[in-house]
Amino acid sequence: MKRHEKARNFKQVNTSVTKIDALQLALGKDSYVADFVPNDALIIKMLWSPHAHARIKKLDVSKAEKMPGVKAVLWYGNVPRIAHCTAGQGFPEPSPYDTFMFDKKVRFVGDRVAAVAAETEEQALAALEVIKVEYELLKPVFTLDEAMAPGAPVIHDEAEAHVPIPIPYEPKKNLVAHVACEAGSFEAGLKQADFKFDHTYETPYAQHCPIEPYTSLAQIAPSGRIHITTSTQVPFHCRRIVAKTLDVPVQKIRVVKPRIGGGFGCKQEILLDDVTAMFALRTGRACLWQFNREETFRTGRTRHPFRIRLQAGVKKDGTITAINMEAINNTGAYGGHGLTVVSCAGSKVLPLYHCENIKFDGKSYYTNLPVAGAYRGFGATQAFFAMESLMDQMAEAIGMDPMKFRQINHIREGEGSPIFAALGEGREGTPMTVGSNALAECIVQGAEAIKWQDRKDWRGKTGRYRRGMGMACLMQGSSIPDIDMGAASIKINDDGSFNLLVGATDLGTGSDTVLAQIAAEELETATDKMIVYSSDTDLTPFDVGAYASSTTYLSGEAVRKAAADAKRQILHTGAEMLGLPVEQVRCEDSAVISADDKHRVTYGDIAKYSLYQKNQYQIIGTASHITKKSPPPFAAHFAEIEVDTWTGFIKVLNYVSTIDCGTAVNPQLAEGQTEGGTLNGISYALTEEYLFDRDGKMQNASFADYHIYSMRDRPPLNIILVPSYEDTGPFGAKSVSEVSINGAAPVFANALYNATGARVREFPLTPERVLKAIKAAEKK
Amino acid sequence: MTTTTHTVTFTINGEKKTFATRPDEKLLTLLRREGYRGTKYGCGQGTCGACTVLLDGRATYACLLYAMQAEGRKVRTIESVGTFDKPGEFQKELVAAGAVQCGYCIPGMVMSATALMETEEVFEDEIVKEYMDGNLCRCTGYEKIWVALRKTLDKQASAKPAAKKTAKGAKK
Repeated sequence: MKRHEKARNFKQVNTSVTKIDALQLALGKDSYVADFVPNDALIIKMLWSPHAHARIKKLDVSKAEKMPGVKAVLWYGNVPRIAHCTAGQGFPEPSPYDTFMFDKKVRFVGDRVAAVAAETEEQALAALEVIKVEYELLKPVFTLDEAMAPGAPVIHDEAEAHVPIPIPYEPKKNLVAHVACEAGSFEAGLKQADFKFDHTYETPYAQHCPIEPYTSLAQIAPSGRIHITTSTQVPFHCRRIVAKTLDVPVQKIRVVKPRIGGGFGCKQEILLDDVTAMFALRTGRACLWQFNREETFRTGRTRHPFRIRLQAGVKKDGTITAINMEAINNTGAYGGHGLTVVSCAGSKVLPLYHCENIKFDGKSYYTNLPVAGAYRGFGATQAFFAMESLMDQMAEAIGMDPMKFRQINHIREGEGSPIFAALGEGREGTPMTVGSNALAECIVQGAEAIKWQDRKDWRGKTGRYRRGMGMACLMQGSSIPDIDMGAASIKINDDGSFNLLVGATDLGTGSDTVLAQIAAEELETATDKMIVYSSDTDLTPFDVGAYASSTTYLSGEAVRKAAADAKRQILHTGAEMLGLPVEQVRCEDSAVISADDKHRVTYGDIAKYSLYQKNQYQIIGTASHITKKSPPPFAAHFAEIEVDTWTGFIKVLNYVSTIDCGTAVNPQLAEGQTEGGTLNGISYALTEEYLFDRDGKMQNASFADYHIYSMRDRPPLNIILVPSYEDTGPFGAKSVSEVSINGAAPVFANALYNATGARVREFPLTPERVLKAIKAAEKK
Repeated sequence: MTTTTHTVTFTINGEKKTFATRPDEKLLTLLRREGYRGTKYGCGQGTCGACTVLLDGRATYACLLYAMQAEGRKVRTIESVGTFDKPGEFQKELVAAGAVQCGYCIPGMVMSATALMETEEVFEDEIVKEYMDGNLCRCTGYEKIWVALRKTLDKQASAKPAAKKTAKGAKK
C-alpha cells in the first residue's frame, strides 16, 4: 500500500464536511467581539505618538479627565510599569520584555501615549484633543544600516529591557536577537564549486489585513473577575500577559475568543487587552476598544522586512556545495518576534535542498518604524524569495532546467538536515527526519498543469508583451516541537452527542470543524454529533493557540487522544450493558457492537445508562499533546505571466499552487487555506508595501492606498492537493495554512526573468520596479 | 448619555421605523446599535465592503452614509436575506462551497450579490465582478465565493426568461 492510501478508509476525516459555523456566519448572526458589546459600554480611544522617537517631557491629562462623558484616562503616571512582551508565545518567551502599558518614551509613529474611556466615541475623541504633551524629539532610526551603525541612537535605553532566557540581546546596539550555526564548512564547500554566487535580497513591510480589525471588550463579572472577549489567536497567552501587565492574578481573568474575523498571525499579539482590562477595573464598566483601519495599519503588527545575503556554490553536475545565508530583519520599535522570525528564515528554508556545508547567521534589529509580528509564512516567506531566486540563477549558470535542478536536490522521505537540529526557537532545534514528502509529485503535477515543457528561454523573446514562466519549491513546519502544547476534553451527552472542548483557536480557518472530524473519526461517530466549544480560558483545556501551523497537527492529535480515552470508557460501559467482556465488543457507527454482530447498544443508550442507570459516571476523555517533530508541508508553485515591457505591468495568466499537507482532514477547507494563502502571496508579491514619509509615518493607511487583491484582481488559480500520509499526525495530517503564501514572490521574480532577462532582488513587483529592472537588464 | 433631539425614519427590511440619531451618526453605527449587527465594521473608509447594505436596492457602504441620509428610503440588511430554516440561495451555495472562512466579509458579499441579482438580468462575469469588486476578503482568495456566486447566478438565470445584455446599476 502506498503511503497516502492509508487515508482511504476514513469516514469522517478526508471528507469535505460542511464547516460547522458557516451558515451562522453567512446569515450574519452575532459572532464576533463587536457583536457582544452592551449598548452602555464605554468607548476607548488612544492618543498615538506623532513622532517616531521622542521622550515625553510633560503629559497633562487633567483637562481630559474633566471632559463630558470621560470616565477614566490612562497614562504612564497612573498605571503599573511592568516590562513585558506583547507576543503570544510559549513561556518564558525567547523575546525581549521591552514594552510597558504606557511609557515616558515613544518609539514609532503610532506608539501609545494616553488613553481615554468615555460614554461615546465622540466624547473620547474630544478628550484626546485636550491632552497636553510636550516631547523631546530624539534622533530616529529608520533603516537597518542606521540601526546597526556604531553610536546609533538607542531605541530601548530603559533599564528594564531584558530577555527572560539566556540568549543574545543587546539593546544598546539595537540588537534584538542573534542566531548562528554552521553545518560542515561553508568555506571548504565553496572551494569545491564551479560557480559561486553572492547576492542580496530585500523584502518589504506588509500587513495581514484581516477584515475584522483588532477588537477587545473587557467587563467586570458580578464575581469581580475581569472578563475579556477579544479577537485573539492566543487566549491563554492573552490571560497570562494581561495578568502580568496589570499585576493581577491569572485566576482573576477569563479570556474568551468568539468567532474572529481573520488573523493570519497579527492577532497573536496582546495589543489591546491590557488597556481594556485596566479601564474595566478602573471604571467597573464594560469597555470596548476597536482599532479603526488606520490604527490597524499604523499600530497593528506587520511582516518583518528582511535583508538577506545569500552566498552559494554549485558544481556543473548540479551539486550544491555550499550555502551561506545572512538574514537581517527589522522588528520595528518592539522585538516580540525578533528571534523566532529570524530562526524560521533559516530553519524552514535551508533544509529544503541537499547541501553538506550550510552556514546561517540571523539578526534582528530595532528601528523606529511600525512593529513587526507574526505573519503567515513567518520568516520563511522572506527567505524563500532569496533562496528560490538564487536556485534559478544557479540552474542557469550550469545550464540546467530550473525544475530539474530542484528535482535533483530537494529533500526526500527519510532524510534529515543538520539545520533541524541546529536551529530551534531560543534554543537548539529538534533533530528530525522527514516522514511524509510528496514534493516530487507536487512538482510533476504542477509542471503538467502549467505546461512547463513549453517554457522558452528569454533570449528569444521580443515585442512589447513577453511571456515567462517561473516556479518555486517551498516548505514550512507543523508546530514547534517540544514547546507547543495542546489539550482537549470530550464528554458524552444523553443522546450520544459530545461536547468537544479545546483550547485551540479557530480564527476562521475552520479548525473547530477539522477537530470535530478528528474526534468523530476516532470515536466512530458522525461529525455532526460534535458540539465544539473552543478558546475559553475558564472552560476549555489549555492550548498555546493558533500559530506556527500547529492546530491540525498538534491540537488535532490531542483531540484524537482525548477521543480515544472517551472511546475506552464507551467500550467499557457498552460491554457491561451487553454482558460481554470488553475484548468482544467494538465501536462502529455510533454504537458498541458485539463481535458476532448480533448485539448492539447505541452511544445514546450508553450515555443514558452511564449517566442515570447503573454504576453512574461521566464518560469524559481528556488528553494533552506535545510534538517531537515539526513535519514540513511541501509545495511547488508555478506561474505564467505576461510582462508589458512598456509599462512594467505584470499580468498573471495562470498560477498553479500544489501542496502536500499529508491527509487533508477536510479537503475543501484545505483548498480554502491554499487558495487564500496563495492569493495573499500574489497580492504581497505584486502590490503590497508600506510607504513612509521622512518622519517615519506610514503614508498609505487605507485599502484605497494599500491595495489588497479584490475579486476582479484574482488571476486564474489552480490548486492541487497532492496526498501523502504523515505517520506522526492525526490520521496522517500535517499543516496546511502557512506554506502557500511563500511562493508568489520568487515565482514571479523567476517568471519575470524568464520573460525579459531582468532579475529583481526586491519586491513588490510594481510596474515602476519592473520597468526599472527591465531597463537595467537592457543596458547590460 | 447625550440627549438626542433628532430622529430619522426609513424602511428597514420592509418595516417603517423611526430611530433617534444625531446628525454626525453614520448609518452603520445606528444599524448596529439597533440590533442589525450582521452589518460589519471593517474599515470606516468605504473600501472593504463589510458594511454593505442596500439603499433603495443599490449596494451602499453604511460606514460612509450618515444615518439621516437614509430618511424616507428603503434600507435592507443581511438580516432580511435568510434564516437558519430558510437561508438565501447564495448563502446556501456559500456554505456548500466552503466559501465561508472567517466569515466577516460574507454578509457584505451577500448584500452586493443581492443588489446584482435584483438589478441585472444577465450575469456576465464582467458585470458580476463590477458588483463584487468593492467587497474585500482576505481569507479565501475569492475562489469558492466565486464558485458559489456563479452557481447561484446560473440557477437564477436559467429560471428567468432571456433578457437584454446591459449592466444597469453597478456600484459606484
